[in-house]
Amino acid sequence: MNEGLNLDAAFSALADPTRRAILARLAKGEATVMELAEPFEMTQPAISQHLKVLEDAGLVARRVEGTKRPRRLAKAGVEAMDQWLAMLRKALERNYERLDEVLAGLEQAKTKRGEKR
Amino acid sequence: MSKLTLKTEGDTQVVVTRRFAAPPEAVYRAHTDPTLVQKWLLGPEGWTMPVCLIEARPGGRFRYEWKNGKGRGFHITGEYLELEPYSRIVHVERMYLPDPTPDNHIETRFDADGTGTLMTMRMTLPDAQTRAAMLATGMERGMEASYARLEGMI
Repeated sequence: MNEGLNLDAAFSALADPTRRAILARLAKGEATVMELAEPFEMTQPAISQHLKVLEDAGLVARRVEGTKRPRRLAKAGVEAMDQWLAMLRKALERNYERLDEVLAGLEQAKTKRGEKR
Repeated sequence: MSKLTLKTEGDTQVVVTRRFAAPPEAVYRAHTDPTLVQKWLLGPEGWTMPVCLIEARPGGRFRYEWKNGKGRGFHITGEYLELEPYSRIVHVERMYLPDPTPDNHIETRFDADGTGTLMTMRMTLPDAQTRAAMLATGMERGMEASYARLEGMI
């Protein structure tokens, strides 16, 4: 999988509503810590702490622009998580495709019984 | 287009929905009759469920054991809290890897949808960390076949 991404850390990072809101904001474009802190009733250090968790998980990246450190979504990390969830869906879907067959078999058996009557 | 959806809700829930071309009664039976469960609840290719014990009554227990035929296996145990034929099952379960995972509380609804059924399975984990662990690692076994297929495509 993607080298920057730690799936365990990524899912833990997403468990927090503030961090999900930060990601939603960053999905619209780059933002500084100050801009990110604005909609939340939180201090900048508190937001920085959340950003660190997201960066460690490989979901957020930063660049240097003078004294600013604008953050952005780490696209590769987010895509890797999407891929992982898609694979989970696929694995579950295999079970349910088998269940479709079982159900079709039940229906057939019922029809046969009906014909005998 | 896949008929299945899987999404997280709030901090501790995972919700799976799936439509079936059979009435709720049949889908409910396929979840509570051990000879039927053994035919489909298998995960990756090559895995079988040699043990499937189900006491389908409130307070009843169940036990599923899986084997891959190459010496690997694991099991799940659980208890039924509520059973409303043919619309709703509420149970708790845990996976032994080999230590038991924290209890997963699962409500499964079977709602009539035209001539078929809409199944909604709502899993509630004790906390956000447990859900994260389940999503990231607990379902890994189910992933093996997908990985194999992915490798085949690359």
